[in-house]
Amino acid sequence: MAVLKKEFHIHKNDFFRAGEASISIKNLLKALGIRPQIIRRVAICGYEGEMNVVMHGGDGKIIVEICPESILLLITDNGSGIPDIPLAMTKGYSTATEKYREMGFGAGMGLPNMKKNADSFAIDSVVGEGTNVRMGFSLTSKKE
Amino acid sequence: MILKEIIELLDGDILAGKEHLDKQLDKSGASDLMSDILAGLSENCVLLTGLTSVQTIRTAIIAGVGAIVFVRGKTPSDEIIKIAEQNGIPLISTPFSMFVSCGRLHARGITGLDGSR
Ligand SMILES: Nc1ncnc2c1ncn2[C@@H]1O[C@H](COP(=O)(O)OP(=O)(O)OP(=O)(O)O)[C@@H](O)[C@H]1O
Ligand SMILES: [Mg+2]
Repeated sequence: MAVLKKEFHIHKNDFFRAGEASISIKNLLKALGIRPQIIRRVAICGYEGEMNVVMHGGDGKIIVEICPESILLLITDNGSGIPDIPLAMTKGYSTATEKYREMGFGAGMGLPNMKKNADSFAIDSVVGEGTNVRMGFSLTSKKE
Repeated sequence: MILKEIIELLDGDILAGKEHLDKQLDKSGASDLMSDILAGLSENCVLLTGLTSVQTIRTAIIAGVGAIVFVRGKTPSDEIIKIAEQNGIPLISTPFSMFVSCGRLHARGITGLDGSR
């Protein structure tokens, strides 16, 4: 059971506001007194996921659930979907456009970095329908 | 080293975060790739970059970067300066190139993100 649940909307190509949802989540966790090491991992995963929705996905949302022993992040979008998930998860693979490369994205490191930082990670996607990424963080985790 | 010394060393201008001149900063990373910052040990580092897009400051907030130095005299927009002030992240602009900025900091004992020299 979630003690607290919050939802933030994300919009395709709204790069000017991209990242605001994850910064709000970071500030929320800080206000709740969550350990800094965990906040940093949640914020990084939220931000990488949020940027992916803006850059590659469609319109979507990021939902954060704070439970007594864990934090869950669900990032969903109704974009074009990912045809080959193992390929998308490969370090260095990216379909980012020139515009996002100029902003410093497109290294193909986002999904691997999310998997590394989360205690649990699951992704599913249907081409033409959208993508869901679900990540869990244990509040007792020793991971740095 | 404290922020004030870093500014002097880089002949820099402080654009945001004047109240943090005594902040202790001991490691640095130089990159124009957001993933280097998000995947690295960038907590409380000095980030040297040539990128002045709004995503540079957002990435820095998310990763917990200690200060941003814009190289080659680049200056960010007022919007970015405002976001930096709100989030307590000092912004510096230096006339030096990325290479020279790194050299100056390294020569004075600043380490890489992983503590290497
Ligand atoms: N929400 C999504 N919808 C559609 N495609 C996606 C989505 N997320 C990721 N992808 C695809 O997976 C690829 C790899 O994503 P990943 O986040 O690892 O790298 P990137 O976003 O391209 O670059 P970086 O994250 O390093 O800036 C993307 O280039 C894109 O093709
Ligand atoms: Mg990405």
